[in-house]
Amino acid sequence: MSTSVTASPAKNGAARLRTPRKAHSPGKPRRNVLLTVLMALMVLYTVVPLIWLVINATKTQSGLADSNGLWFAHDFALWDNIRDTFTYHDGIFGRWLLNTLLYVVLGAGGATLLAVLGGYALAKFQFPGKRAIFALVIGAVAVPGTALAVPTFLMFSKMGLTDTPWAVIIPSLVSPFGLYLMWVFAAEAIPTELLEAARMDGASEVRTFFQVALPLLAPGIVTVLLFTTVATWNNYFLPLIMLKDPDWYPLTLGLSAWSSQAQTIGGDVIFNLVITGSLLTILPLIAAFLFLQKYWQSGLAAGSVKE
Amino acid sequence: MRRTTGRIVRGLALVSALALGATACGGSDDDSDTKAVSAGDLQAALDKGGDITVWAWEPTLKTVAADFQKKYPKVKVNLVSERSGDKHYTALSNAISAGKGVPDVAQVEYFALGQYSLTKGLTDLAPYGADKLASKYTPGPWNAVSDGDKVYGLPMDSGPMALFYNKTVFDKYKIAVPTTWDEYLDAARKLHKADPKAYIANDLGDAGFTTSLLWQAGSRPYKVDGTKVAINFDDAGAKKFETIWQQLIDEKLLAPVSGWTDDWYKGLGDGTIATLATGAWMPANFVTGVPNAKGQWRAAAMPAWTKGDKASAENGGSSLAVPALAKNKELAYAFTEYANSGAGVATRVSEGAFPATKAELESPAFQSKKFDYFDGQEANKIFAESAANVASDWSYLPFQPYANSIFNDTVGKAYVSSTKLADGLKAWQDASVKYGEEQGFTVEK
Repeated sequence: MSTSVTASPAKNGAARLRTPRKAHSPGKPRRNVLLTVLMALMVLYTVVPLIWLVINATKTQSGLADSNGLWFAHDFALWDNIRDTFTYHDGIFGRWLLNTLLYVVLGAGGATLLAVLGGYALAKFQFPGKRAIFALVIGAVAVPGTALAVPTFLMFSKMGLTDTPWAVIIPSLVSPFGLYLMWVFAAEAIPTELLEAARMDGASEVRTFFQVALPLLAPGIVTVLLFTTVATWNNYFLPLIMLKDPDWYPLTLGLSAWSSQAQTIGGDVIFNLVITGSLLTILPLIAAFLFLQKYWQSGLAAGSVKE
Repeated sequence: MRRTTGRIVRGLALVSALALGATACGGSDDDSDTKAVSAGDLQAALDKGGDITVWAWEPTLKTVAADFQKKYPKVKVNLVSERSGDKHYTALSNAISAGKGVPDVAQVEYFALGQYSLTKGLTDLAPYGADKLASKYTPGPWNAVSDGDKVYGLPMDSGPMALFYNKTVFDKYKIAVPTTWDEYLDAARKLHKADPKAYIANDLGDAGFTTSLLWQAGSRPYKVDGTKVAINFDDAGAKKFETIWQQLIDEKLLAPVSGWTDDWYKGLGDGTIATLATGAWMPANFVTGVPNAKGQWRAAAMPAWTKGDKASAENGGSSLAVPALAKNKELAYAFTEYANSGAGVATRVSEGAFPATKAELESPAFQSKKFDYFDGQEANKIFAESAANVASDWSYLPFQPYANSIFNDTVGKAYVSSTKLADGLKAWQDASVKYGEEQGFTVEK
């Protein structure tokens, strides 16, 4: 999946691919041993950890220590592990799951909404300062979130928002990359003539946006939503410095806390629950990818072929 | 003799430091601090009720907090308990310097107490009656929480050291359990020769373990008098440690595994790490972390540096302290006292915590407890004897958490390169001195 993302910023790439060499069609792909081997290695590299995770989620704590990492132990404890994960510490895992969902719905959802509105406006309206905004957005894409975490913490601390869910949600609302993606996508996917036609028919700007532009933007929206969802779902450093109360932890932080219990005097060592919890944590993301795949792929191809 | 003189000097320095402090910040602060809080005041606060927030990861506190709330129904204890170690201290320091969100009670390990007490981050608990509890505790932990007549926390648990060894492995290769560190070195050679995959211990350099071994060997690298600090690893005790450990490193007799990782738990379980010299709290971690090796391990007294010597040391252990910015100090102290000196101790011991109180350590029920994990061994006898043999004149630096954080960049090199342990310790000393001076301590070289 990730390979197709990197191959996608693709307009001039597609042009370069059209070389004068022997033509080949999607039905008769040219074989390339090196690429196949590389691809196989990549698949191994991405799939092996996943297989490891699935296999080890079936083991008890003692099974983990006894057995080879890439094969099953004698005991099959997957169901017990899942039950224990949800009941350990009065079921706090469930609470973390709900927290993560809350952060994703409000944070990633809000970020997508803002990116769609902003991207559309930047693509289809002329106004002074647009070039400056472009520079700002591109610059912002380059700044890693980790670098902003501490200044953000200090600011939120002044506002008295640390240790509340807002401290995680509000910074998640800003997604420069999502904005940039929506901007490029809107510029390609919405013919300006269509907007002019709608305006000429007397539609208001709001109505034009919702009834003409939004349906055309759907594939792009899904793409941005996936990106922001993954970013929010996996966010670790921001909640780490913002939150103290375990009741507001997202899954990432909760699992890391469980894992560090093994380093504590008298602490309960629950690597089996950490592993099972990690497996449960990635399932919703896998489901989201599979479910939204078709929208997402059609979105990536938009604008790459002359119609 | 030397110890007595040292104490007088330290006492004098402390008095002058306190006098300076008092002039500097005016009398008002000290008045409220030194005002005694009677048992009646505490009882009144408990009857009135209120909320306290406790930052602690010690797992048995959950039951203690529940019992406490049952006994005093108007008090609500918010136990915030998912974080430990570095992250805990970072959060605590951040809260103290921000002046906001400071807990009423915080778990602070002995090695980190100095950092908070010296910067006036903690409440002196003596006026609340903590000074009268000295005789209840073993000397190691009490020495760690008190400074002159000030008491900065109540000892929650302790870690008198013992040698845990895998009896199955020792029996298999007919190796005798070492009683001195020289014998330990021999055992390490024999074991690794018999099974190249097996090591006597794992060590990639661990600050807490190293300072504990120095403590046991009689080395006293840190001397602390208020803001005057001396750091010197060049003494006879340190030489003893360097000699033995350098040979273990040079002959590759230590498993290259970091403590507390899953590899480590695995090694303890499959016999490739055959001994572990650590605090008496370890059995609880064996039970949950290495369940598959049940019945294989035993406890023994720490190997001695000279034959017949019984000196022991502490490794790990923590206190509950009341930050200076705590909102509800009476309730905070009442809870601390309940958990660490009152009815909470029995609860915590029954759940597997290792006590710091003499009464529990000496009680027949505690001493004759049979450990299923150790195949019925009455291991507490060994631990209690070790607790009684801990020298009480050890002190950590007032910036020990920082010093420990640079351990791997200095001493740690000796474990992974050709740097000698003695040079590593010297580098650690120099870096600690430099930091101390930057922080405004008077560092004597």
